[in-house]
Amino acid sequence: MSAEERMKQVRDFLGQFVSNTEIDPDENLFTTGLVNSLFAMQLVLFVEKEFGIQVANEDLDFENFKSLNAIVGFIENKVDTAS
Amino acid sequence: MEIELNDAQRTIQAELRAFVDERVAPFAEEFDRNEKIPDDLIRTVGACGYLGAMVPAEFGGKGLDALSWGLLCEEIGRGSASLISLFTVHSMVIQAVVKWGSKEQREKWLPKLASGESIGAFGLTEPETGSDAGSIQTEAIADGDDYILTGEKRWISFGQVADVFLIFAQVDGKSTAFLVERDTLGFRTEPIGGMLGFRSALLAEVHMESCRIPAGNRVGNIGFGFSHVGGAALDHGRFCVGWGSLGLLQGCVNACLEYTGKRKQFGTFIKGHQLIQEMITNMIVQTKAARMMCYYASYLKDRGDPSLIMETSIAKYFTSRVAVQTALDAVQIHGANGCSDRYPVARYLRDAKIMEIIEGSNQMQQIIISKYGYQEFIMAKRQARKTDA
Repeated sequence: MSAEERMKQVRDFLGQFVSNTEIDPDENLFTTGLVNSLFAMQLVLFVEKEFGIQVANEDLDFENFKSLNAIVGFIENKVDTAS
Repeated sequence: MEIELNDAQRTIQAELRAFVDERVAPFAEEFDRNEKIPDDLIRTVGACGYLGAMVPAEFGGKGLDALSWGLLCEEIGRGSASLISLFTVHSMVIQAVVKWGSKEQREKWLPKLASGESIGAFGLTEPETGSDAGSIQTEAIADGDDYILTGEKRWISFGQVADVFLIFAQVDGKSTAFLVERDTLGFRTEPIGGMLGFRSALLAEVHMESCRIPAGNRVGNIGFGFSHVGGAALDHGRFCVGWGSLGLLQGCVNACLEYTGKRKQFGTFIKGHQLIQEMITNMIVQTKAARMMCYYASYLKDRGDPSLIMETSIAKYFTSRVAVQTALDAVQIHGANGCSDRYPVARYLRDAKIMEIIEGSNQMQQIIISKYGYQEFIMAKRQARKTDA
């Protein structure tokens, strides 16, 4: 899967939670009010199911989840590490 | 999607049904009168591997699939809501450690939790903080390689007997989770009695006065306590409450089918009275609808599907809500008998009310479910536009 395809999948997922369809890739999700316990676990499950990776204890870092770009970067790192 | 149980699921259902009929249901009123699930029953459900059945096999558990776990919770919930609350909080701690625990935490705690050697409890709610869980006041201050934890927790199910507590605290204003052992200096619990329902759930207040907690007991990173550690645990807790409420519903149905076939008024069994039939019909239909929602949540949980979170919330909301309505009707059908402890329906009613409050009150569920409805509606419209284009 290409980086563009991953970006589109994550963007589509986040699109469920925001009213505007265009999300700034660097917009800080933690300042949007989007992040709560329900969203957090849905995001974890989405990343794990769609990209076949495990989000683990050591991955719980704000830098990995703060924006669309950060999430896609995190996924790419995990996929690269696994392959 | 298949909604037929496989052989292994039917086996565990039959095993738990027999266990509950023999060891739990006949004594549930006594447990409530004594305000205590007996120690030997707690030891037994631990030793049988039921309590830690969702712990992966590599750590000594049964590694049950979600539907099997749900069936187990249904049977336990049918026998005693207080006992299902043990399964709920204990497995919430398991869920948190399985998902977010360190390698050392998993190796130390999961075998003990799987066997029931250690009992787990969930410590989020405080005297001044319920639904607004982000505002907890318990504080943990870093001190070298440790944290100094100070605060109070309230309404902690099985807090009177738990060995390890998953405690949520603020670290520099950021929610963080810790495993706190009972024998920690400065840690003590006080029993809570006189509850409306869950009377034998051994509720406690937890007091922590400058408890020194090793940094190795922190679960997940600083700031990910409520959102991720709590999120995983609470989702699992709602799953258990939904299935447990289903068991309570089935208990109401069973009690009413039994009673209406024995009780005569106006020269005929009351099951022949049409107004009774209306109540019986409603409770049967609502129980079947609730079961389908629980099955669906289980299906998603086994697949690790993100929609599991919301569908579990929906199942918990519906099942606990209709449990209250059904238990009210069950008491009505039983008349004065239903208001006594000679029949289980009064207990069902008291316990059903608690199901609407725990693991996120139903008002909190309404807020998130309605929001979810709008999200699905918007996504469906976007999808339709893409298809048209």
